[in-house]
Amino acid sequence: MPYRGYKNGIGGEVMPVRDVLHGSRCVAEAARLCDVQVIAAYPITPQTHIVEDLAELIANGELNAEYIMVESEHSAMSACIGASATGARVFTATSSQGLALMHEVLFIASGMRLPIVMANANRALSAPINIWNDQQDSISERDTGWIQLYVETNQEALDTTVQAYKIAEDKNILLPVMVNLDGFVLTHTIEPVEIPDKEEVEKFLPPYEPQVYLDPSDPMTQGAFADPETYMEFRIEQEKAMKRAFEVIRRVDEEFGELTGRSYGIVEEYNTDDAEVLLVTMGSVAGTIKEVIDSLDEKVGLLKIRVFRPFPKEEVLKALKDAKVVGVLEKDIVIGLGEGALFSEIKASLYPSSYRPKLLGFVGGLGGRDISMDNVREIISICKKAIKEDIDEVHWIGLKE
Amino acid sequence: MKIVEDIPAYVKCRHVCRANLYSNRCWKFSQNIKEVSEEELFSYGHRACAGCGGTIALRLALKASGANTVASQCTGCMEVVSSPYPQTAWKIPWIHVAFENSAAVASGIEAALKALGKKEGVNVIAFGGDGGTVDIGFQALSGAMERGHNMTYICYDNEAYMNTGIQRSGSTPFGAVTTTSPAGKVSFGNKRPKKDMPSIMVAHGVDYVATASVAFPLDYMEKVKKAVAIDGPAYIHVLAPCTPGWGIPSEKSIEVARLAVDCGMWLLYEVEKGEMRVTYTPTVKKPVRDYLKMQKRFRHLSDELINKIQAEVDERWEKTFGIRKIF
Amino acid sequence: MRPIGGHVKDIGSTKNLKTGGWRTFKPVIDMEKCIDCGSCWIFCPDMSVIRKDGEYSFNYDYCKGCGICANECPTEAIKMVLEEK
Repeated sequence: MPYRGYKNGIGGEVMPVRDVLHGSRCVAEAARLCDVQVIAAYPITPQTHIVEDLAELIANGELNAEYIMVESEHSAMSACIGASATGARVFTATSSQGLALMHEVLFIASGMRLPIVMANANRALSAPINIWNDQQDSISERDTGWIQLYVETNQEALDTTVQAYKIAEDKNILLPVMVNLDGFVLTHTIEPVEIPDKEEVEKFLPPYEPQVYLDPSDPMTQGAFADPETYMEFRIEQEKAMKRAFEVIRRVDEEFGELTGRSYGIVEEYNTDDAEVLLVTMGSVAGTIKEVIDSLDEKVGLLKIRVFRPFPKEEVLKALKDAKVVGVLEKDIVIGLGEGALFSEIKASLYPSSYRPKLLGFVGGLGGRDISMDNVREIISICKKAIKEDIDEVHWIGLKE
Repeated sequence: MKIVEDIPAYVKCRHVCRANLYSNRCWKFSQNIKEVSEEELFSYGHRACAGCGGTIALRLALKASGANTVASQCTGCMEVVSSPYPQTAWKIPWIHVAFENSAAVASGIEAALKALGKKEGVNVIAFGGDGGTVDIGFQALSGAMERGHNMTYICYDNEAYMNTGIQRSGSTPFGAVTTTSPAGKVSFGNKRPKKDMPSIMVAHGVDYVATASVAFPLDYMEKVKKAVAIDGPAYIHVLAPCTPGWGIPSEKSIEVARLAVDCGMWLLYEVEKGEMRVTYTPTVKKPVRDYLKMQKRFRHLSDELINKIQAEVDERWEKTFGIRKIF
Repeated sequence: MRPIGGHVKDIGSTKNLKTGGWRTFKPVIDMEKCIDCGSCWIFCPDMSVIRKDGEYSFNYDYCKGCGICANECPTEAIKMVLEEK
């Protein structure tokens, strides 16, 4: 899609530009707005448009960045680590098998406290090989020490990527951020989007000032070897930074709201007041659920988890406390546990509290199977049934009998 | 390093005088050594074994490259011994990330330095052991070299996975015993020849490829200087003995490395823009038996196998040095 | 400095570990025999040969006693002698 550039409003006033863009393009535009300095990426469906669009922006001189066309995702993340450790603002994007190939180095990026931002186009993991959307890829990386944000729309993908740099680079955080957008559902779908003005973004996100970096004029060692005497303190520092991240994510989101009029919160509560049935989910399927809720004349609400790491226990409890039934719909399955990871974590969050809603897990949309409005209605009716009777805890949605 | 003018380096010196001397027995050697930087960019107190060849390889490389260097390092002995948190032996900016990605990390460093406008005059070096280079780091190295980053990759080759306790790598020579290629009733040790990594780098079209040895410090340092000065990718493969891995006394590290070259098991050459040049021609060809019997890892080899190795060395010797065979 | 990222700003700080304690034999040099070739200095894996104006000595705080210097000395000016504890 051709890039339209920027126009000045009447009287030379800066104005955001409205356009109709793919989710991938939105992510690339965000990287441009943030003036990323080094990109290292490897193409994989359905992330390809992101790396193509970035290459196009660079080729047209609209983005001034070094683009390393690496030979694998492992090297993509490794090069990002090298570049970030040298003090550059870096960006990468991947999906599914590519994210899995990065697994080892994801731990290192967060352990070395490098504010790398990565877009992940959520896609199913092999085998059998499948290129379509679910969230098993990023869910499987939940313990890697990355902040994980999940977006619902293309606009949110753009806005969240911009916010991600401000969160990652905060001096009290210094953690990498993964922005998860559903493959195809968002990456390959066009939606009307407002692109913030670059000057405004520059005010919101000043140039990256690294705290420590590799420079011959002030030499230092990064990535030293920690023995049992020193290792644990590194780990707890990461955990503390994750905890501090809530506050920063909230503040950054508010500042972004002041700038653009759009903010998203740690979680989004939709129609949750007095809701007997509360659905919980992450990503684009929240849009489908909202549509269904709007069409119903019943007390059904939605809790959209936008920040999955750090996990927002408090926000979850606050939203769930009055619900009679909570139905967690997610596109991943922890095989051997028989439920989704989000479901497990919500269940675990409830334990120390006094709230005891009936909790149901719904696994659906794996490998790109559509979650239709009818599926959502079915989920709601199962939830309502659970108010009156004991039923199975976990249900697979859209499964062929 | 300023090389004495009339004879540019010791290596050439040998061509001129043909004296039957070891490298450091020649007076020119001492003259040239005086030109080597006094600055130590790798500190003592590191935890390497006594007589470690790998640390000599690092120390000399840094002397040649100088303080204006950023280095990445793959996991391995040199990383473990040099960076026990909260200490570091490195006096240059240095990073360790993982085992297989030293070259990829260095390509990120190079790109960032460029993006930040700091690349001018700064050398980027990626260090890797033989396992991190010819095996697990092979793909990342291939990619980085193919992309043409302005960086130098230095493989210090001790011919096995020494950090984990001497397991066979793709760089382990034929017949060598390691803990995963033991000699037994039906086995003579490693069954395959050493992977020819420098040739693979030449095939990548890398601007400058060289082999080196810690026993030939001037030759090695001159090559490092050349490599970092080139505006593009460069690769140096330096043989660096491991005293426990090779089964040699600690004082023999340099002696065994020199013998490897003098018997033709290891050749010193450079390939610049595809043009190969031998940088050192041994005046006396030593029998490979001397080299092999000096090391515990080869001590079990039968006469038949030694003769097989000798025949292969002879063939390569003839190809490389022509008929100049002096026993 | 908080433990972050395995960062170490104190460069060359391995000097805090005096590896000289590992030694069994120590090098001693007879300057009468020394021809100032620099071999011991250039080959030392522990930066423990001190070379100053043609005079050579050893940094026994860090010398691990590997013996490379003695082995490489062309005039046998360096001898390894048993460390007296």
